Amino acid sequence: MEILKHALSANALVTAFAIVGLVMWLSNAISKRLLFGRVHGSAIAIVIGLAAAFAAGLWTGGDKGVVDIPVLAGIGLMGGAMLRDFAIVATAFEVDVIQARKAGAIGACALALGTILPFIVGSLVAVAFGYTDAVSITTIGAGAVTYIVGPVTGAALGASSAVMALSIATGVFKAVLVMIGTPIVAKAIGLDNPRSAMVFGGLMGTVSGVSGGLAATDRRLVPYGALTATFHTGLGCLVAPSILYLIVRGIVGG
Amino acid sequence: MTISGVALLAICTLLGSFLGDLLGSALGVKANVGGVGIAMLLLIAARLWLTRRGLMTAGVKFGVEFWGALYIPIVVAMAAQQNVLVAARSGPLVLIAGISAVLICFATVALISRIGKKGETMDEIEAKARAQASPPGEPVV
Repeated sequence: MEILKHALSANALVTAFAIVGLVMWLSNAISKRLLFGRVHGSAIAIVIGLAAAFAAGLWTGGDKGVVDIPVLAGIGLMGGAMLRDFAIVATAFEVDVIQARKAGAIGACALALGTILPFIVGSLVAVAFGYTDAVSITTIGAGAVTYIVGPVTGAALGASSAVMALSIATGVFKAVLVMIGTPIVAKAIGLDNPRSAMVFGGLMGTVSGVSGGLAATDRRLVPYGALTATFHTGLGCLVAPSILYLIVRGIVGG
Repeated sequence: MTISGVALLAICTLLGSFLGDLLGSALGVKANVGGVGIAMLLLIAARLWLTRRGLMTAGVKFGVEFWGALYIPIVVAMAAQQNVLVAARSGPLVLIAGISAVLICFATVALISRIGKKGETMDEIEAKARAQASPPGEPVV
């Protein structure tokens, strides 16, 4: 057992490939045999991943999902920002330039709406829960944009750590909801072409949510959604602690 | 050579990340602004340039497409390391803010998708491409 443990953790990344591969195979089998292709195999795999992260969180008390289990540490490298960005960029190889150019202007439009709408919603909920100071309201509103914009904004404005935690949790919850919800609503919101995928990426923001959700819906749409989503966090980090904060302060005063 | 494809991808990713950081600091933001997006645009430009010069070998293509095909497993690994517990446990504020933000955005996507003419679906685009040339071959995931 000790020797096996050593073999697995000494080859952490290889272990991760093997385990994720097994999960993918299992999910595709479930999709095909139990659900008759009604739910995409990747959607099932992502839900299994999230469920495993939940269980691991209960078991280890850590905050990094299955990565807190020593033999599974390689999952952290495999699904970390470095390889994730590397693989997202690779998907650009399949982008149809003509299609992407057609949706350029509407994508930028979606990007602006995707920052402002969640911010307004998050801020209103913060006010409804009794927050009255501009810093807390802005930080929670920014968390509803993405879970990176939240803490970046909070740190810039000097928000309390409880508010920061709420802000991050809102962003993470949003990402998880987007991952699970996208394949369910895809048909209803017309998510079957590059144009709407770019609009979707700009509006939903959260690269992890968008890429996971689109992967579970139709893999071919991923590069289009990622292309706009990637500007979302930067834009949010730019406007939330500056313009949006000033507007909130102007409304609630102080 | 396969490695030249992987290297091309790596160079685009690094350059994009660098330019994104540069843009971020120029704007006075503590974040990478569109690094991945810039890298994607660079890669698209490189693909067009290589194709025009006839330098797009099967090796280069394979080196990039391999990583594109690994994308979904990587997303699964990413999902497995989210702090799902905190997201699920934290109070009603998080639930309400998260759900309403997502619903409003979904609704807006639906709205914008309906404005203007309907774009061609992925299936239609691929059918057209297949009719024009030899089938591009679906990447195996």
